[in-house]
Amino acid sequence: MKQKTLFILSGITLLLAFLAATLYYTSGKQEEAIEAVAQKQDNLHRMHSPGKGAEDAKVLIVEFFDPACGTCRDFYPFVHRLMEAHPGQVRVAMRHAPFHEGSVDVVKIMEAARLQGKYWQTLEALFASQDDWVLNHVVQQDRVWNAIAGVGLDLDRIRRDMNAPEIAANMVQDMEDAKALNVTMTPEFFVNGRPMPSFGHEQLQTLVEEAVAENYH
Amino acid sequence: MQTRPDPAPAKATPEQAWTPTFLAWLIAATSVLGALFFSEVMKLAPCELCWWQRIFMFPLALILPLGLFPFDPRVVRYALPLALVGWAFALFHWLLVLGVIPESIRPCVRGVPCSEVTFEWLGFINIPLLSVLAFSAIIALLALTHYKASK
Repeated sequence: MKQKTLFILSGITLLLAFLAATLYYTSGKQEEAIEAVAQKQDNLHRMHSPGKGAEDAKVLIVEFFDPACGTCRDFYPFVHRLMEAHPGQVRVAMRHAPFHEGSVDVVKIMEAARLQGKYWQTLEALFASQDDWVLNHVVQQDRVWNAIAGVGLDLDRIRRDMNAPEIAANMVQDMEDAKALNVTMTPEFFVNGRPMPSFGHEQLQTLVEEAVAENYH
Repeated sequence: MQTRPDPAPAKATPEQAWTPTFLAWLIAATSVLGALFFSEVMKLAPCELCWWQRIFMFPLALILPLGLFPFDPRVVRYALPLALVGWAFALFHWLLVLGVIPESIRPCVRGVPCSEVTFEWLGFINIPLLSVLAFSAIIALLALTHYKASK
């Protein structure tokens, strides 16, 4: 039947065109992204970023994240497992990209907690209770204080410190770098300056393992 | 030219009426794939008005082929309302990006502002205009289907 043939051929043609355009676009984008990040290494590494892992580790994961982001919470233990799998060889640097509404103040609290040496404990407490203080992607500021009550922070000091100009300056820098590196979603990972080809646990693991293999024979 | 009213309009001129419906489907399917390309491949978040247009375009890509095999001219009855409402959203969106509709009645507050023009080819072809054109063409082709089938 002629009409059916015409219909099926048209459908197949449209789909093939879509696939071809997708392949063309993504392969071009991927190269562009790797190239763009390669030229912006300065934007990737800042002295002010909180880090974890051996100081002399040759593999550095730079993670742009938002404490209110659910996927960031889910990736947190995964990143730590990657570090544990390669002891002393992998380090992580945290960059703040508070894209969620109200999340800027949460980052300020984390930075203030860092001054008390409790950045990671605070982050872990926040992630553990994220469902309590993030409702429909909006941060409930009053609930944040409950979330970090058990960390043992001097909360009065937090309230004073969180508005420090240095903290604000670092946060502005992080956001500018996120923009320069085209970080629009969180979490975003860079391993030794290389972006993930696409988003996913495996892609991150592969990048880390490749970097470890390159640097530790 | 005078023709005797056909007792079974569905079979009056199926060949002639089939083609405009098929072309309408072609446009709908292209629009759907184009929209998916923008959002899923290029990762451009659709604004709120874009979603409303999608709501009325996506079903057309499925309903129209159902009217093609076997050909059923009543498909116009089911597809045309979708196309008309979608067209209205598209027109509103286009007038918004053109600046004809003032900012104060912009319906979008969160996410991507609808008045933001993501793409512009030749200085005037943007995504809302393509949407207006696609819905307009679908409406015209469905009208043609109806006309040819009822002749």
